[in-house]
Amino acid sequence: MNDVEARITDLIAKTKNLPPATIGMDTTFDELQIDSLDKINLSFEVEEMFSIQIPDESLHALKSVGDVVRGVEKLIAAAPQHPATT
Amino acid sequence: MRVAVTGLGCVTPIGNTIGAFREAMYAGRSGIAPLEGNYRGALSQDLGLRFTSTAMVRDFEPSGLPTSVLNSTDRSAQFGIVAAQQAIQQSDVLRRYDPADMAVITGCACGGRAADEEASRELYTRNARVPPSVILRTMASSGVSYIATLHGITGPVLNLATACASGTHAIGMAFQMVRSGMVSAAIAGGNEAPLTFGFLRAWDSMRVVSPTSCRPFSADRDGMTLGEGAAMMVLEPLEDALARGVRVYAEVVGFGMSADAHHITQPQASGAALAMERALVDSRQAGIEDPKRETGYINAHGTGTLANDAIEAHAIQIVFGEAAIRVPVGSTKSLTGHAIGAAGAIEALATVLSLDGQLLPQTAGVTNIDPALNLDVLTGVPRNMPPDHPIALSNSLAFGGLNAVLAFRRLIP
Repeated sequence: MNDVEARITDLIAKTKNLPPATIGMDTTFDELQIDSLDKINLSFEVEEMFSIQIPDESLHALKSVGDVVRGVEKLIAAAPQHPATT
Repeated sequence: MRVAVTGLGCVTPIGNTIGAFREAMYAGRSGIAPLEGNYRGALSQDLGLRFTSTAMVRDFEPSGLPTSVLNSTDRSAQFGIVAAQQAIQQSDVLRRYDPADMAVITGCACGGRAADEEASRELYTRNARVPPSVILRTMASSGVSYIATLHGITGPVLNLATACASGTHAIGMAFQMVRSGMVSAAIAGGNEAPLTFGFLRAWDSMRVVSPTSCRPFSADRDGMTLGEGAAMMVLEPLEDALARGVRVYAEVVGFGMSADAHHITQPQASGAALAMERALVDSRQAGIEDPKRETGYINAHGTGTLANDAIEAHAIQIVFGEAAIRVPVGSTKSLTGHAIGAAGAIEALATVLSLDGQLLPQTAGVTNIDPALNLDVLTGVPRNMPPDHPIALSNSLAFGGLNAVLAFRRLIP
């Protein structure tokens, strides 16, 4: 499990009060009983966690934990790289 | 139709169950204690407050609530939800009535202040984004919405915000709905959690908070003490309650409202008297011929400020005339603090328990009654309630001149 996957799994586990072990990449939002409000709350937390912005159209398409992890990885990769500060 | 109180629940500074509340009330064990708030973000160790005490709810454990509820509610709503659960379970009201014909009415004036202040602090000090849950957690109506949702109650569901009279207005409106047959039963009360740093600072600036401790009707009273909590009660037709054999704590027999229409902070005795008078006149609908003569207890608004207690004493004298000195008057705010929108509900609870036990609680911490008030203030130890005076009033006199008074009666089958 990579870092993004681990952090998102932990966030969902905390939000839904579930053991992290019950959450896999293929687990769907329906299975986790993640409703529209949960999605809005989670997207805010994920944006804060990774300093990214999830476009509205992408948010609607998210159906599983794997969708979130892959989407976040793409947004991180696309983000402008800031030079390291000294 | 006569209306019974058949279920009670509470989360308060003197107890988070009805049994604990009753025991502390008669023991005179106050919930007022030195400030313990975690005011993260305060810029100085010195909180800059002239007072050092509040009445906080302790050992509150909301973890039994669903995670979705915990994520979307502030402390205030959680108090209300837990208190309502207690009242509903105890009365078993949902087994008797169709929840489609039931109401839930709460009083909450301040909303989710902790969520609001935390988000505002982050926003204004570091330009932070504001989580979407702040909208839900700051709604004054989030408690009442979740009470309805968790119990499937689909009748009238609303929250009233009338400052310190909110809880009393809520119970009064629910009483009227049940008495008129508009709903078959109702859950009503109040919830509030206003002990945030910004709110304490504002009250400090208002110069009405006691630097020592709330001592209502005392000659040396020097202000109110802020509190928090919730109380909820189940109201249903008395006839149905007796038929199903559920415990009846008391009857609600009258409700009176008035507005001073005078000033946002200066109370008027005439306005308070009008609300008391209307509650007593209203009680005639329950078949009471001489409600003033039968009144044996007034649970006063009794904040412990110089102005409130003097005005309220005057109001009692307007209503009862020369007989005013013969009506026992007490305040339970020196036990529970002043819980703003929940205060009226917590005091209605104290009044109902007093009628149930026919025992009037003393005004805790008060020994030196202000002789200028010319009232029979309950002090010392609990006093038996005379059987021929079975009516009790619960007064709420809010900032803005909004007055609400409930009249209860010991059950006379």
